[in-house]
Amino acid sequence: MTTLPETTNRKLGLVIDLDTCVGCHACVISCKGWNTENYGAPLSDQNAYDGAASGTFLNRVHSYEVQPLATSEMPHPAAQLIHFPKSCLHCEDAPCVTVCPTGASYKRVEDGIVLVNETDCIGCGLCAWACPYGARELDAAEGVMKKCTLCVDRIYNENLPEVDRVPACVRTCPAGARHFGDFADPESNVSKLSAERGGMSLMPEQETKPVNRYLPPRPKDQMDQPEQIDILAPFLEPIVEEPKGFLGWLDKALEKI
Amino acid sequence: MHPAPSVIVFTTLSGLGFGLLFWLGFGLPDVSGWVAFVFFAIAFGLAVGGLLASTFHLGHPERAIKAFSQWRSSWLSREGVAAVGALVTMGIYAAALIFLDVKLAPLGWIGALLSLATVYATSMIYAQLKTVPRWKTSLTPALLVSISLAGGALLAGQVTFAMILLPIAAVIQVIWWVRGDGALSESGTDMASATGLGNIGQVRAFEPPHTGTNYLLREFAFQVGRKHSMKLRAIALGLGFILPLLLLFVPFGHVLAFLAILLHLIGIAASRWLFFAEAEHVVGLYYGKR
Repeated sequence: MTTLPETTNRKLGLVIDLDTCVGCHACVISCKGWNTENYGAPLSDQNAYDGAASGTFLNRVHSYEVQPLATSEMPHPAAQLIHFPKSCLHCEDAPCVTVCPTGASYKRVEDGIVLVNETDCIGCGLCAWACPYGARELDAAEGVMKKCTLCVDRIYNENLPEVDRVPACVRTCPAGARHFGDFADPESNVSKLSAERGGMSLMPEQETKPVNRYLPPRPKDQMDQPEQIDILAPFLEPIVEEPKGFLGWLDKALEKI
Repeated sequence: MHPAPSVIVFTTLSGLGFGLLFWLGFGLPDVSGWVAFVFFAIAFGLAVGGLLASTFHLGHPERAIKAFSQWRSSWLSREGVAAVGALVTMGIYAAALIFLDVKLAPLGWIGALLSLATVYATSMIYAQLKTVPRWKTSLTPALLVSISLAGGALLAGQVTFAMILLPIAAVIQVIWWVRGDGALSESGTDMASATGLGNIGQVRAFEPPHTGTNYLLREFAFQVGRKHSMKLRAIALGLGFILPLLLLFVPFGHVLAFLAILLHLIGIAASRWLFFAEAEHVVGLYYGKR
């Protein structure tokens, strides 16, 4: 059924730290690798080796330049570069689920993961139209809708060592910018992180109630602000203003010549 | 949104076909025998042809039968159920009328209302999408239903109804365009809310996630030049509504009627192309495309 469950027992999702992400795209590659080799139709590429390459990905990293507004104290603030990984946010009010005509899209009651039953999908694309985040992509080779499964075939997989029972993107991130956990539990790592750092929802006005949270970048050092002095500056200031002793005599003698 | 020819052909033709079925169901015109056969053949040809065209954009058309299952939640499913209901009901009504010369009037009324419900369900597929602010309005069903009824009246030779409905549809069309032009900025969704970075400063897309194109850009990031859009709007309004209306005032014959319908169809196809091509999906914001 493509009606949404009233509540889910758990709310599994990701915290993505925009302060820490270095934009290496390792999560993109590990996601593509795992999800091509495991559950569901592989993520195909078209024209991979010529000029018009395109393919299906469940996770993509955008990069944004954010230009802070100039103020009287900060006439020329430096722009910030922020890398921005984006995958399915496993929304509580997922609009992609309710529009599905076949019942292929569903949200699981047990953990809140939004999945596609690929044998029921007719590839109409309406769920991708309904998603504001671009989290769903119709695979050009298979003709079915692909989306992030939160690596449902890893997180419960007892054949894997326990350390690997997290989504591939989380496991691979070299910067530790991605965290996986249960948002329904206020004591979980993700709930605490999100509470501490002001985790935000994307496009809250779309009223999709995303489960995934993004941690905003921390304020940057402002080296370009004229009045700002480094905290180490007092230690680096010249101790002797005027040369004394022999150097003082030499300085004066040379001046007189 | 990408203006896929299959979807434009589908909504244009089936809208007109179901519009004609609506009038035929109410016995307007009150036809029987071979004349009824021709009318119903045209109506079914348009409606079914449109529905078939819509399956061309499916990834797995062979599973289309599954799309009838989720009518409780999905407008696309409701559209399918209503369309089959309308076609079956009107099929029985038409067969009785043509071959048995029996007019099952109540069946015709039910079929007419189901035809109207089909067009409404089609329009709600678009009007429900919060992700496309231009479509997310009750004006969208008003537009598609009024065009279907006006076109149907034109095709059914209901001159008086067509004279009333064509101007109504034209006015809704213009209001829909004017509202639509400000819809994205009214919606409150912009790059700041998309990225959550707006409180730091002005957000600009610096580097896309991929060097090539992808499904999202092909499907959602279509943009039309404003100059062309204005020209096309004039064509849609002139051919779709104004010229057919003027033709209704001159002494009406089969040749002029055919011309009026042909102009109307071309105009509505232009309007429908704009319906998709001008629609801004908010996912474009992540690519800095708006």
